[in-house]
Amino acid sequence: MKVSYQWLKEYINLEGIAPEALAEMLTRGGIEVDTVEQRNRGVSNVVVGHVLEKQKHPDADRLSVCRVDAGTGEILQIVCGAPNVAAGQKVPVALIGAKLPGGVTIKRAKLRGVESQGMICSAKELGINDRLLPKEMQEGILVLPEDSVIGTPITEVLGLDDAVLELDLTPNRADCLSMIGVAYETAALTGRAVKLPDAGVTAGPVKAADRIAVTISAPDHCFRYAARYVQGVKVGPSPQWMQNRLIAAGIRPINNIVDITNYVMLEYGQPLHAFDADKLGGRIDVRLARPGETIVTLDDQERKLDPDMLLITDGERPVALAGVMGGANTEVTDGTVNVVLESAAFDAASVRRTSRRLGLRSEASLRFEKGVDPSRVVPAVDRAAQLMARYAGGTVAEGVVEAVVREGEPAVVRVPLAKINGRLGTSLSAEEVEGIFSRLGFESGLSADGVFTVKVPTRRGDISIPEDLIEEVARLYGYDNIPATAIEGSTTAGRLTGPQAIRRALRERLADAGLQETFTYSLTHPSRTRMFTLLAEGAVPIRVAMPMSEDRSELRTSLVPSLIDAAIYNRNRKNTDLRLFEIGSVFLTNEERLTGLPRESHRIAGLLTGSRTDAQWNVKAEPVDFYDAKGVVELIFDLLGLSGRVRYEAAAPDNLHPGRAAKIWLDTGAGEALVGYVGQLHPDLQRKEELDDTYVFELALDELYAHADTAITQQPLPRYPSVERDLAVLVDRSVEAGGLLRAIREAGGDLLESVDVFDVYVDDRLGADKKSVAFSLVYRHPERTLTDEEVNDRHAAIVDRLARAFGAELRK
Amino acid sequence: MKERLEALREEALRELAEAGDPARLNDLRVKYLGKKGALTEILRGMGGLTAEERPVVGRIANEVRAAIEGMIEEKLRQLREEETARRLKAETVDVTLPGRKPPAGAIHPLTRVTREIEDVFLGMGYTIAEGPEVETDFFNFEALNLPKDHPARDMQDSFYITDEILLRTQTSPVQIRAMRAMNGRTPLKIICPGKVYRRDDDDATHSFQFNQVEGLVVDRNIRMSDLKGTLLEFARAMFGPQTRIRLRPSFFPFTEPSVEVDVTCVQCGGSGCRMCKHTGWLEILGAGMVHPRVLEYGGYDPNEVSGFAFGLGIERVALLKYGVDDIRNFYLNDMRFLRQFARM
Repeated sequence: MKVSYQWLKEYINLEGIAPEALAEMLTRGGIEVDTVEQRNRGVSNVVVGHVLEKQKHPDADRLSVCRVDAGTGEILQIVCGAPNVAAGQKVPVALIGAKLPGGVTIKRAKLRGVESQGMICSAKELGINDRLLPKEMQEGILVLPEDSVIGTPITEVLGLDDAVLELDLTPNRADCLSMIGVAYETAALTGRAVKLPDAGVTAGPVKAADRIAVTISAPDHCFRYAARYVQGVKVGPSPQWMQNRLIAAGIRPINNIVDITNYVMLEYGQPLHAFDADKLGGRIDVRLARPGETIVTLDDQERKLDPDMLLITDGERPVALAGVMGGANTEVTDGTVNVVLESAAFDAASVRRTSRRLGLRSEASLRFEKGVDPSRVVPAVDRAAQLMARYAGGTVAEGVVEAVVREGEPAVVRVPLAKINGRLGTSLSAEEVEGIFSRLGFESGLSADGVFTVKVPTRRGDISIPEDLIEEVARLYGYDNIPATAIEGSTTAGRLTGPQAIRRALRERLADAGLQETFTYSLTHPSRTRMFTLLAEGAVPIRVAMPMSEDRSELRTSLVPSLIDAAIYNRNRKNTDLRLFEIGSVFLTNEERLTGLPRESHRIAGLLTGSRTDAQWNVKAEPVDFYDAKGVVELIFDLLGLSGRVRYEAAAPDNLHPGRAAKIWLDTGAGEALVGYVGQLHPDLQRKEELDDTYVFELALDELYAHADTAITQQPLPRYPSVERDLAVLVDRSVEAGGLLRAIREAGGDLLESVDVFDVYVDDRLGADKKSVAFSLVYRHPERTLTDEEVNDRHAAIVDRLARAFGAELRK
Repeated sequence: MKERLEALREEALRELAEAGDPARLNDLRVKYLGKKGALTEILRGMGGLTAEERPVVGRIANEVRAAIEGMIEEKLRQLREEETARRLKAETVDVTLPGRKPPAGAIHPLTRVTREIEDVFLGMGYTIAEGPEVETDFFNFEALNLPKDHPARDMQDSFYITDEILLRTQTSPVQIRAMRAMNGRTPLKIICPGKVYRRDDDDATHSFQFNQVEGLVVDRNIRMSDLKGTLLEFARAMFGPQTRIRLRPSFFPFTEPSVEVDVTCVQCGGSGCRMCKHTGWLEILGAGMVHPRVLEYGGYDPNEVSGFAFGLGIERVALLKYGVDDIRNFYLNDMRFLRQFARM
């Protein structure tokens, strides 16, 4: 809503309140003013001139030489380039010394040898948005009404000494979609009185009821319909001041009839429509559309109607889409003589549905969608009729023809004073609160036990419960005046849940270990939701109904593709050494079409590619390998106290290198659960995405939350010495270190404190298909010093076990 | 014999003086002082001396031994010093060359901001509530006083999956779920951080996916002034102790009264600059007293309890806090961007 400051002054005294101050006051009161725009962008010394004569320029085809009376006492010779300039016109003339927007000063000049004593201006040159003017005035000079007085400053004629406040209204404050509404709001903020316009009508001898009949056949969609009949209008331009106000409000002037309906809509917030009465006939019936029915609207488009769309009909054929747009068949044209004026209260939801579905949004539909004040239906139609008598030469027929389903009743809301103060944390007196209601124009009474009974005018349809009134009190009392207090009542302890603490610890540990956290999108391309499905077996990717692009159309089922995309993005920017991780949700369902919420599974995933460390002058840049990725996974299990319960199984999950990937199993105490995978991207995928060797992992965090063992119990430090022995065995290359380690631990029993792999050596000299694996073992007894004999026995048992189980030969 | 001892001393001291390393010194020690050394050899002839001569020769022999040992010690010390000096010289490093850094990662800026906000409220006795990112229409809209035909819920603005299921457009549904989980008990003090989704075209200030934190307190006698006090404390913890806040009336379907909350500009402190469009204020939060209908949906009796709620955008705070000019940076994961957040 754009509010002209000068126009607003007609309804409330704004003395001492500059436009900027008014804007600040409204904003602090809850009606946000986006901008305050001065209509005069720097125009001075431009006046109304009368073009007496127009001749062709002797040396330029496109220029003409005009003789203009601008009231300066002499006739000015002005060279003009506009195609639409003509003798007899009243035009804006910038005199010598005039200033125009953009810092232009008009000087005496010679154009192609002919002297020009000023300039005839276009709307654009005067800094007026010419989008709302007729095309010929956009391309040429601004032509003023014939009755404009020669010599009058143009700022006065065009109402440029004005400021326009653009309101950014919240959906509940539709009451401020009208000048009167803004005046009421200003009155509440200033304590000044609202002056309502005089809507008195002088009626002629004809009775409207003899010319028009109104019925409502869709009482659920139209609550009230009022019509007036105006005879003998003369269609022509509306007065300049009215056009100025419409332009200030952003509405295009058309003709006096249409302009008056728009003017009254801006004034009262009540949209009006004018029918050519002779094309309409004598009947109006408001009803729902019939199946297959169509209407040609004012913009000459044929609209196919749905049966829930509300129509105005002449008893048979549609003549308007109620609240949205009029029909071409009853349009007011230059030849229109008699007019039927419509003012109605349509159902907001009905208008919204129709305007959305047809893609037709107008100033009228905007107001109906938010609900109009039923008490203004009749005053608005009266006011329009009055203006048509005054500015279109019409005679108003006597009476308003009305169909009423229900009248809007003022809401009565009760609220105890104690509740107001209790909710706000204030200690307002009854008088203070009563004063606020009175400034709002709400009648209120206070009972002996301190309960206000407030009668809310219908213009404030947003107020229906006590909390609405509390809000009115708060905003008019001023939020700055409400104290800042601490919550009273019992205290609570703030703490993280187990999973929250785990996620925090994981992020910190991985960042400290040199990995960078990423944030990627949950929506991704369908090709990405069908990759790395090991942990999402049987899941059907979930597609949003109206994606903004195919790239963001499905919910991810794995975090790894997102990390791959991040790697590609970085690769394209020459960031090739990447160690990334992300914690986030994936979305899993087995349903082809969702009937319930999908399972949201928390995952942690990582990606490593490029060098292990940043290249430094004294550190060789070595490429990352499988064991870097697995090391990060082990770090995670260490942090969660789960390392002893994890098994890595060589596997070939989709999109991973079949020789360099593992499934990760967790011993849950009730069997093993698949909790993740780690591996190198399949070489085909790396080639397709043009990535270097890239390693990824993904773990199902939900499973880990449940089993994480984060309770620390300190173990006593050993009191007896350990015995360290190394062991190197020759085995087939296919033998996995994991199996050897498991066998060593089993055979080593309670005397074996730890075992680590310290070397793996592959060489054909060892024998075809053979490799050497070396372990370092630590033996210890908690309560005494081990003897050599004991250690030798146990060590021999281990060697024996490896020999039997794996055909391992001891290397000497 | 005396002469032989003197000659021995002379020869030994000369040879010792020429020795250049500890091994040679040791050889000389054996040669002169060892069990089969020169001195022992000479002293074997002591038997042929008279009783008067013996103590004299014995004294001289001891002097010779002491002189040789002293010389060896002195020579060893000297060699060690030379060795140390050589070593220190050889081991000198260029201290201006860069050190060998362990790899450094970083937590994402959005996580940093979220955690900072969480910590402020954890310290104020709040717990962190979470909920699904794919929500039902009921929890995302209806229970928040946004019935089906409400103008504020345009199908176009949300990512629906079916008519009843959508990506949540706000973290407010978590509030409803948290209230219901309380079964009418009080006090409830939670914040709900998380991802939300809106059908917005991405540009420098809009992202179809972004993060919010919302807060909710429900108890007996919760007042608007408590909301103001809470948000003031939060703003000061987040943006510095000089921060002031300003409440402006606004509208949200789920709160009544509703306010927008401005904080003094983080850049100019309120005097006006480009960042705050010369107003001195930055709009950061939406807030209000929980609408009685929302309390009812949460299983509370609005005549018995009241509550306040507030919400803010994580990206908005991160943009302001770190001077980031384009919200999309948070989701592109360009290492050159992310690495700038590796500081404490």
